[in-house]
Amino acid sequence: MIKKITIIILFIFLLAAVLSLHPFGRPIFTKMDDYFIQNGQKETGSNNIVSSVVFDYRGLDTLGEASILFAAATGVFIIFRSRKKYV
Amino acid sequence: MSKIVKTITSLVSLPIIVFGLYIISHGHLTPGGGFAGGAIIATFITLLAVAFGKEITGRNLSKQLLLLSESLGILTFIILGFFGLSSTFFYNFLANSGEIFGRTILFGLNPGYINSGGMIPLMNLAVGLEVFSALSLIILLMSKEND
Repeated sequence: MIKKITIIILFIFLLAAVLSLHPFGRPIFTKMDDYFIQNGQKETGSNNIVSSVVFDYRGLDTLGEASILFAAATGVFIIFRSRKKYV
Repeated sequence: MSKIVKTITSLVSLPIIVFGLYIISHGHLTPGGGFAGGAIIATFITLLAVAFGKEITGRNLSKQLLLLSESLGILTFIILGFFGLSSTFFYNFLANSGEIFGRTILFGLNPGYINSGGMIPLMNLAVGLEVFSALSLIILLMSKEND
């Protein structure tokens, strides 16, 4: 009984949280978005704004992403190597 | 695997590679980029490993080569970042310079020129090579041996 009541209260709280979310497509702080949309194509010369953000404005983030993948592949290579041939 | 799977794999492998290369090389014009294109080409290696077995695929594509190309990709990416060090790390010094990959484009709708974007296409190529090699290496190492 207590379990059911707890689940119902939790559900009500989650519903209230969903209903009080900010509406989609209307961000509060739009300064940076407007800057990217207005100047991204002009400054980087690439039509794809996402690409210009990922590889130009936030290039350091992409470096971290690529090094995470590199570290993962190297770790898998170390763990799954065969002991006989060292390959 | 059966003969049908092998035939379809041989038939469909070339379009997969071409589509992945298109996604990588047009990363600054259309949706996609190095990460998505590298993952698409890595699905080709997965398909080969499923259809023909891990043994044959691993014999023709050695793990040392994949590790080497992976390291080459991320090293190229970091060195390209260091090229723009005259102002900041990862500075796009080639964009709008008028040289190779530096064509100035119109603001708004334009046909989309392959030699625009500055450092972005080169970085897409480097990241695509790195992602392809890393994912193929993980898949080839973790796949189980089958007949």
